[in-house]
Amino acid sequence: MSNAVEQSAPAEESEVLVEVEGLKKYYGGDGMFADPPVKAVDGVSFEIERGETVGLVGESGCGKSTLGRTMLALENATEGSIRYDGTDITTLSGKDLKEWRKNAQMVFQDPESSLNDRMTVGEIIREPLDAHDWKTMNDRRERVLDLLSAVGLPDKHYFRYPHQFSGGQRQRIGIARALALEPDFLVLDEPVSALDVSVQAKIIKLLEDLQEEFNLTYLLIAHDLSVVRYISDRVAVMYLGKIMEMGEAEELFTDASNPYTQSLLSAIPEPDPTKTSRRITLSGTPPSPSDAPAGCNLSTRCPAKIKPESYADLDEDLWEGIERFREVVRERARIALSTGDRVRRQFDRFDRFDDIEESRADTFDGIEVPERVDEEIQTAVEMVKRGRPTEAQEHLYEEFASVCDDEPPEMYEVSASGRYSYCHRHSDEYEDVDPVLTRRADSD
Amino acid sequence: MARSQSASTDATDGREDPILSVRDLQTVFYTDDETIRAVDSVSFDVGRGETVGIVGESGSGKSVTARSIMGLIESPGKVLPESSISFDGQELTDLSEKQYQSIRGSGIGMVFQDPQQSLNPVYTVGNQIRESLAVNRDITGEEATEEATRLLRAVGIPDAKRRLDEYPHEFSGGMRQRAVIAMMLACDPDFLICDEPTTALDVTIQAQILDLLKELQEERGLSILFITHDMGVIADIADRVNVMYAGQIVEKAPVEELFGNPHHPYTRALLRSIPGEHSRADGLETIEGQVPTPNEPADHCRFAPRCPKAFDDCEEVPPQHVAVGDAEDHTAACLLYPDDLSETARVEKHVEIANESTEEHS
Repeated sequence: MSNAVEQSAPAEESEVLVEVEGLKKYYGGDGMFADPPVKAVDGVSFEIERGETVGLVGESGCGKSTLGRTMLALENATEGSIRYDGTDITTLSGKDLKEWRKNAQMVFQDPESSLNDRMTVGEIIREPLDAHDWKTMNDRRERVLDLLSAVGLPDKHYFRYPHQFSGGQRQRIGIARALALEPDFLVLDEPVSALDVSVQAKIIKLLEDLQEEFNLTYLLIAHDLSVVRYISDRVAVMYLGKIMEMGEAEELFTDASNPYTQSLLSAIPEPDPTKTSRRITLSGTPPSPSDAPAGCNLSTRCPAKIKPESYADLDEDLWEGIERFREVVRERARIALSTGDRVRRQFDRFDRFDDIEESRADTFDGIEVPERVDEEIQTAVEMVKRGRPTEAQEHLYEEFASVCDDEPPEMYEVSASGRYSYCHRHSDEYEDVDPVLTRRADSD
Repeated sequence: MARSQSASTDATDGREDPILSVRDLQTVFYTDDETIRAVDSVSFDVGRGETVGIVGESGSGKSVTARSIMGLIESPGKVLPESSISFDGQELTDLSEKQYQSIRGSGIGMVFQDPQQSLNPVYTVGNQIRESLAVNRDITGEEATEEATRLLRAVGIPDAKRRLDEYPHEFSGGMRQRAVIAMMLACDPDFLICDEPTTALDVTIQAQILDLLKELQEERGLSILFITHDMGVIADIADRVNVMYAGQIVEKAPVEELFGNPHHPYTRALLRSIPGEHSRADGLETIEGQVPTPNEPADHCRFAPRCPKAFDDCEEVPPQHVAVGDAEDHTAACLLYPDDLSETARVEKHVEIANESTEEHS
């Protein structure tokens, strides 16, 4: 209760420790001629209560590590605020920032590279104490020995070097170092993903015990969903810089609402061969964070995407074909043309993209394409062949785009426990996610 | 149930004439002060059209097993002469480097964990597939380009023809692994070794690659040896599973039997240490101690120091594979089995089997 002076936090049982609001972290994009910025974190808001473990999951490149680093002020936020115990840390600098850093620490993924091989274990764990000029030299040594025993390593390891330890032991050293300054809040960035299952279980147990002992608050970043489910109280699912769904861990894992969460969960192979659960396979790969879709982030891959009204009656296979073809055209629009190509295009001699015909034939192979759809596709193909894939992309967009492509979805509360999710299908206007997914899975 | 039955009959059909048969494989690494028995007397079969999994923690010897089959063990490592690896009726351990090359070219393909390793960054993906076609199948020119496009399409890469002219860095991780698989298919192999092919990928992409492998297997009748540390992946893809620990196979069983009715204390502990559906209240089980470095001869059970059920003889007698459970091809190497015998009788039985197998060798 040190630096929460201005705001007196409500003295309830559940006390908010960290409050993130509208947080954005962009890389690049400064200056008039720069490429569009990489939107690693793009408007994220959530709270973490004291003593709670919040899991943050998502595929690689979704911005979860950047979010974790920004929350510890290791990266400067582009926009938004991070209130820690009432203090907005994005405004701190210099001495204040250094003082604040005692409160929040990080445990890194790779125990091989996050420890300095030239320092003894004792020196490594003592380093944060030295940096903050903590008490006397003797006290520091005492503290390091306490920490070693807290993470289950014997005293004699004080004078050994990191290379003498296994992965699990090294991770223990990393955890001891993070605890040195008695922080309240720890960001655990993939703390067990480099470890074997049997070792992993021990580190998870250690993290649980430490949380209880020191009343720690965790933000656990991981791509291994079973670990997150096991250890977290609440879970946030991230995709392309945004939170798609957040809520109680167990509920989110058994009864997810967002199509992305559902696909992600159904993709985990379960250690039970008798289980034949319905797997929702997401097509393709996530778009680049510098070129996120205008509407819903998931709109390029969504298994439950809303069809535009005029095409609502289209067959599922055909609809999928159209979406795939749009992806092909979108990819082509991203290829930079050489000057020669531009000149040829000017004089109608451009032929580099003639093979689009083949891709089209591939995509719609064995699918019956009604005339009105075929016409639109043909127009787009002609545009691509003339060297104007961006125009083709826009043409297809105008013809086939739905609300999912146009508008970012609102936040909807989807359960009594306060779980929320971003998806147009949660509004009353459209059919809900589940029946659509079931129907589309059946038609496969 | 229907699935399990058809799978098991297929498996027995295939195993009468296995495509790969490994017997007593021993791969050692000589260092200055000790000999590491990375793979120590490993035997298993892979039937035609079947997927056999090897699962184990790091250092259990699963990758070395794969590399031994591919003939990729380099000094100071050595495959000991007692070992036998027979592929499609041909003994591989006697082959010269040159003969091995042709096996790698057309018989066995291998997919590694990191697709970046298998692709050359300065050539286009198309070039690399065409090269593979030219070297292994004598297909060149226009025909090679056609075939390469067909292969990329077969592994589910959209807009395949254009993608041929791109470099590996322009592909995403999942696409790269698909391209590597296409390169393997260019050799038209009968047998694919997949060494942690999805470990570096995200779950949604992993699901795509696993589906792709299953599809290809069905279309082309491929046999697959699949190596991973992930129990979930093994449950998803394998027909039969071998569990490895410290260079040895400790339990082998059809996949459903292994997960439903595990017998070896190590397999049981491993399955219980996965944070799956059980909640936090139950707690996670951990295995005390660490995986040992297999630097001593196998004259005892290597899991004994960590085993909750170990007794004195475990340190003295090397456990042998004995039938356990209900399924006929379910075996475990543990002195606790067969559990219908008394402790002394069990130990005697193991000693007996061990002696028989040494006599065979001498």
